[in-house]
Amino acid sequence: MKINVYLADRLASILFQVAGWLSVAILFGIFALLLFNGVKAFAHVQPSEFFLGTIWNPAAYDRPQYGIISLIFSTLLITSGAMLIAVPLGIGTAAYLAEMAPASVYRFLKPAIELFAGIPSVAVGFIGITVVAPAIARIFGLNNGLNALNGSLLLAIMALPTIITVSEDAIRAVPTTFREASFALGASPWVTLRRVTLPAALSGILAAVMLGFGRALGETMTVLMATGNALAFPNGFFDPVRTMTAAIAIELGETARDTTHYYALFAVGAVLFVISLVVNVLSERLARRFRYKNE
Amino acid sequence: MAKKHFLYIVLIINFLSCRENDNTVENILIKGSDTEVNVALALAEHYMEKEPLVSIAVTGGGSGTGIAALLSGKTNIANASRPMNAEEYHLATSRSIHPKPIIFGLDALAIVTHASNPLDSLSLADLGRIFRGEITTWAELGGPEKPVSLYGRQSNSGTFLYFRDRVLAADYAASLKQMNGTAQIVEAIATDPAGIGYVGIGYLSEQERKLTTSIKVLKISSLSNSRAFSPLIYTNISSGKYPIIRPLYQYINGQPHGRLLDFLLFTIGEEGQGIVRKSGYYPISESQYAENLKLLDSEMAIK
Repeated sequence: MKINVYLADRLASILFQVAGWLSVAILFGIFALLLFNGVKAFAHVQPSEFFLGTIWNPAAYDRPQYGIISLIFSTLLITSGAMLIAVPLGIGTAAYLAEMAPASVYRFLKPAIELFAGIPSVAVGFIGITVVAPAIARIFGLNNGLNALNGSLLLAIMALPTIITVSEDAIRAVPTTFREASFALGASPWVTLRRVTLPAALSGILAAVMLGFGRALGETMTVLMATGNALAFPNGFFDPVRTMTAAIAIELGETARDTTHYYALFAVGAVLFVISLVVNVLSERLARRFRYKNE
Repeated sequence: MAKKHFLYIVLIINFLSCRENDNTVENILIKGSDTEVNVALALAEHYMEKEPLVSIAVTGGGSGTGIAALLSGKTNIANASRPMNAEEYHLATSRSIHPKPIIFGLDALAIVTHASNPLDSLSLADLGRIFRGEITTWAELGGPEKPVSLYGRQSNSGTFLYFRDRVLAADYAASLKQMNGTAQIVEAIATDPAGIGYVGIGYLSEQERKLTTSIKVLKISSLSNSRAFSPLIYTNISSGKYPIIRPLYQYINGQPHGRLLDFLLFTIGEEGQGIVRKSGYYPISESQYAENLKLLDSEMAIK
């Protein structure tokens, strides 16, 4: 019996080790593929045009342009807009769920929020076109609402379940003794939450925000449908935007293989990959720093 | 995206049971335009019902893909929503392939605005100016003091390219909102009082009644001082008075024989044209029919 248990332990350990290394290998494989194909674009496109150009128009009538800046700016514009909405709302909801919500409300709210994460992005995009965009147009007196604000609102909705669920877990993980000590000193529940529980849960909350950020960064179908996809450089939240993901999704389908345009889309993919890698590494660093501070 | 998957569905039917009759099944391969793939499928299905000894395979991939397949001898019929270009003709000559264009349907692009727009007609030149971004407010055309809000398809669409080459002959204005499909263009313009966009006529004729309460189909004139025509009236399309029409082509290599010829005659004949109409496109005119016969029927004419 003992040997069997030992063997099972060993097997499971090896299995999960292989799975872990495999995901690392796949990650590097994807990046290598993006880089390998993306680099070929620079045979015909000046790196300075690609990285500094503000106009992305590879399907131009006579002179194609491959400036990635407007795509990066568009992506960051709607993602940061989404975070401005989703982060305060998400952390607030998580704190309410973890600390205040009566059991009867919690039993209803929690599954409802988790269900939200399951709505297909194409459905969110459709709601964006038919409901949210006309509403934005009416409220702000615009002709139409197919703009960055629309994208931000929809992405905020899509990032919320992630932020709420992970933050709630982080807040719950704060030892009860922390709160008890705070209450013993005469602090109100609000002060306890703000000055004790939330700071103690900060590393987990940061991870939640970064996960939500990553979700919004990579979202494709919703922004492709609801933000207008214009090529013009956006001047703010009321202008249509074309994100990196939307550009790849729209253009790759009909681009002839082994053309400059084809390779340029891989280069865009590589840049997007690097951005999300930086976001992940940064969040990991931040989370670790705050964790040490707490200990 | 769903449409895209659909385009790759290959329709192959093997009538193995027919071997007993000592008749061999004749295969016809059709490849090309995504615009035409649905109508080509419908035509193929109807034809195969009538002629069980013929097996027709239809695939999409785009006009360019279809023409490339014809030039390398990998398809019998290349569907194309645009004429072959000089480069492709040059390639054909060098490979001693003799492409013949058979026009089997007409596709018109309707120009739509919000129903509240006071404009009823536009000239082709003004339309080009609007979509190139040279006219930026409706006031410049005698309309309300509103900025023009442009809607079009995405650059992977043949319609995007057709409209650009036919009407603009230059780049679209950068402010063009590139929508994911025809339905979304209509959806957006229905709520945008300053919107203007183009949609395939097939889509409109189906939903005409429902749409006219929120959107308006503009009449278009070829010249700024000539009469404008509506694309909703068939005779305007068949007579060529409506200026934004594109023929739908079937390219073949040289003189077709047997079942291939029979199938092509079926597509341009009464029954085939009925299917074309049901698929949302317009039937060809009599002169186009005669032109087709001249290309197809040199043998039969001799008989």
